[in-house]
Amino acid sequence: MGYSFPEEALEHVLWFLSSDRDRNSVSLVCKSWYEIERWCRRRVFVGNCYAVTPEIVIRRFPEVRALEMKGKPHFADFNLVPEGWGAYVYPWISAMSVAYPWLEEIKLKRMVVTDESLELISKSFKNFRVLVLSSCEGFTTDGLASIAANCSNLRELDLRESEVEDLSGHWLSHFPDSYTSLVSLNMSCLGSEVSFSALERLVARCPNLRTLRLNRAVPLEKLPNLLRRAPQLVELGTGAYSAEIRSDIYSNLAEAFSFCKQLKGLSGFWDAVPAYLPAMNSVCSGLTSLNLSYATIQCPDLTKLVSQCHSLQRLWVLDYIEDSGLEALSASCKDLQELRVFPSDPFGAEPNVFLTEQGLVSVSEGCPKLQSVLYFCRQMTNAALITIAKNRPNMIRFRLCIIEPQVPDYLTLEPLDTGFGAIVKSCKELRRLSMSGLLTDRVFDYIGTHAKKLEMLSIAFAGDSDLGLHHVLSGCDSLRKLEIRDCPFGDKALLANAAKLETMRSLWMSSCSVSYGACKLLGQKMPRLNVEVIDERGPPDSRPESCPVEKLYVYRTVGGRRIDMPGYVWTMDEDSTIEFS
Amino acid sequence: MEAAYENGLNLKATELRLGLPGTDNESEPQTSSPCVQNNNKRSSSEMDTEKQESVAPPPKTQVVGWPPVRSYRKNVLQQQNNPESDGSGMFVKVSMDGAPYLRKIDLKFYNNYFDLLKALENMFKCNIGVYSEREGYNGSEFVPTYEDKDGDWMLVGDVPWDMFTTSCKRLRIMKGSEAKGLGCCNL
Repeated sequence: MGYSFPEEALEHVLWFLSSDRDRNSVSLVCKSWYEIERWCRRRVFVGNCYAVTPEIVIRRFPEVRALEMKGKPHFADFNLVPEGWGAYVYPWISAMSVAYPWLEEIKLKRMVVTDESLELISKSFKNFRVLVLSSCEGFTTDGLASIAANCSNLRELDLRESEVEDLSGHWLSHFPDSYTSLVSLNMSCLGSEVSFSALERLVARCPNLRTLRLNRAVPLEKLPNLLRRAPQLVELGTGAYSAEIRSDIYSNLAEAFSFCKQLKGLSGFWDAVPAYLPAMNSVCSGLTSLNLSYATIQCPDLTKLVSQCHSLQRLWVLDYIEDSGLEALSASCKDLQELRVFPSDPFGAEPNVFLTEQGLVSVSEGCPKLQSVLYFCRQMTNAALITIAKNRPNMIRFRLCIIEPQVPDYLTLEPLDTGFGAIVKSCKELRRLSMSGLLTDRVFDYIGTHAKKLEMLSIAFAGDSDLGLHHVLSGCDSLRKLEIRDCPFGDKALLANAAKLETMRSLWMSSCSVSYGACKLLGQKMPRLNVEVIDERGPPDSRPESCPVEKLYVYRTVGGRRIDMPGYVWTMDEDSTIEFS
Repeated sequence: MEAAYENGLNLKATELRLGLPGTDNESEPQTSSPCVQNNNKRSSSEMDTEKQESVAPPPKTQVVGWPPVRSYRKNVLQQQNNPESDGSGMFVKVSMDGAPYLRKIDLKFYNNYFDLLKALENMFKCNIGVYSEREGYNGSEFVPTYEDKDGDWMLVGDVPWDMFTTSCKRLRIMKGSEAKGLGCCNL
C-alpha cells in the first residue's frame, strides 16, 4: 500500500455530489469513505418520517443544513386516514434544535406542525432560510407570526395547500421593517385578509422577491400596486380575479402586467371574471406555467387564453376547458409537458361539461413533450388509451380518474385492461400510474410484466383476486409506493411477497380482504417492517382472526415501532401470537 | 380463486401462509362473522353477463374519498357551484334585543329558513316560533327581522331563501311585542 487518498480531496469531490443515491453509493465503498461522506452531507431526505428516528439521522449526519420529510400516506389527501394518525414534526424539530443550530431549510409534506414547532424553529436556527409546508396542518397564523418576527434571514415561506387555522391576517405585519430578504412567499391557502399596506411595504423592500402567491382575499384592484413594486416577479399567484367591470381598473391591471417582463408562472384566479383575462395578454407568450384550476371560466374564454400561451409547459385547469379547448391547446402549446384537468362537478351524477377521452387523445397527439398527465373524466375507451400510449411513449406520469368506479370501455363494454396494458407496454419510462374504470386481474399481469420502472401505483375498485396483487408485487422491480383501496386482494399475495415489502417505502391497503391473522403473521415474520392495522371498529382481537382489517399500512423502518400511535392503530409485532383455529 | 393455480402459479409453495404447517386448508373468510366483507370479486363468467344486464343502478351513496379530489379543492368548487356565492362567505351580524353581544353567522352555511331559525334559537336560547305568510311570527316571543340592501327592515321568511341570502345585510331578533309593525296584520 503506497499512499492513501487524501481526505480533503475526497471531500472536495463529494461537494459536487448532490444526489442522495450517489452519496449512498459513496458511503458503501469503504469505512473511511462512509465517515468522510457522512460529515459532509448537508441535505437529508426522509420519505417516511417513521422509517427512521431523529436520533439515528443526527448520529449519522452531524452537519445537516437541510431536511426534507414526508409524513402521512398519500391517501390522507382523500380523507382515508383518520384524524390524529400521527406524522408529528415536533420531535424532529426538538432534536434538531440542539443538534443542528445551523439548519437552514425545512421542507415538510403531509405532516402535523404545531405553533410550538414553528416557534421553536424561529428561535433555534439563526440562519434559517427556507420553510416549505406542503399539505401540512396543525398550526395557526400565530405560528406564522413567530416565523415572520424572528427569522431575519428567511428567504422562502411556502404554505402550499396546508390547512392553517386562520386567526387573523396580522401575522404578516410581524416581518420587521429591517427584513428585506424575502425571495418566495406562498400564502395562497390562507383565508383571512392581511394588511394590504404591510404587504405592499414588504414587497417594496424585498428586491429579490421572485415568487409571490397571494391569497383569495387580496382584491384584484390592488394587485397592480404590488406588481409595480415587484416587476421582477417570476411567479405570481393572484388573489380573487374579479372586480367591478371598470375600464380604469382594467387598464391599471393591464399596464402593471406589462411591466412584469420576467413572469413565467401564474396561478390564483379564484372567481375569475372573463372580462379581466385579456389584461394578462402581455405576459401570455412568456408563460411556462399556468394554474387555472380554481377559475370557473367557461370553454370559449379558457380556449382563447391558453391559445395565446405558446410557451406553456405546464397547465392545470378545470374540465370547463372541454375537448375543444384541449384540441386548441394541442395546436398552440407544443412545449406542453404536464397537463392536469380537474373536475368542476365531481359529485354530480351527470356530466356537466363536454370533456371526454377525446380531449386527452388530442393533447397526446399534438404535444410531443407531454409526459405527465392527471385527467378526470367520465368515460374512456381502450382504443383511446392505446392511441395515447402509441403517441406518447415518453410518458412518465399517468393518472387517470374516471369519476364513476368500475366503469367499462363505454363503446365495447369491456374492461380497460388492454388500454392500460398498452400504456405500460409502450411507456417504458413510466414512473407513476393511477388507474380507474373496470379492471380485472389481467391489467395487473400487464403491469407486472412491463412496468419495470414503475415507482408508484394507485389502484381502486379493481381486480378479481389475489393474483392481481401478486402480479404487481412480484413483477414491478422499481416499485416503491403501492396504495390500494376497495380491491379483493387478500392474504395470499401479501404473504407470498412479504420480502418485497422491505424493498419498498410503503404499502397501503384499505377496504380490501387482508385478515387480521395475516397482518399478525406478516408483523411476526418481518421485523424490519412496521405492520400497522388501522381499525376504528375497536381492537382487532375482539373479532375473529379471519376478519379483514379496515386499513393496513406497512412500511420498512430502522426506527422500530411507533410510540405515538392513536387508539385505532395497532402495530403487529414480533411478539404477536397467532391462534390457529 | 382456483384459477390462481391453473396458471402454474403455486402460491401454496411459498413460505408464509396461514394455517398449521403440513395442513392444506387455507382459512377462508367466514361470511357469517361480524366483520365487513368488501369484495368486488367477479368470476370471468359473470363478466360476460354483466353487460347484458339492464338492472336499474342502486341509488348512489357517496364513497369516502372518491373521486380523489382534495378537500380544499372540493370546498372551492362547492362555493363556486353555488350561483349566489361570491366565494367569500356571507357573514352577517345578528343582534337580539336585550342581549349584550352581537354574533356573526355565515348565511351560506344554511340551506333554508328552518335551519337558520333553529340555529338562531340555539345561539340565543330563545323561542322564535313558526312563520306564516299571513301572520308572520304572530304570537312568538321573539321575531327575526333583517335589514336588506335598500336599508329597509323586513320580516325573515317573506322572500324566497336565495333572495334573502343575497339581500340580507344584518339580522335583528326583536321582542315579539315590538315587532307588530312588521307583520302582515298591520294595526
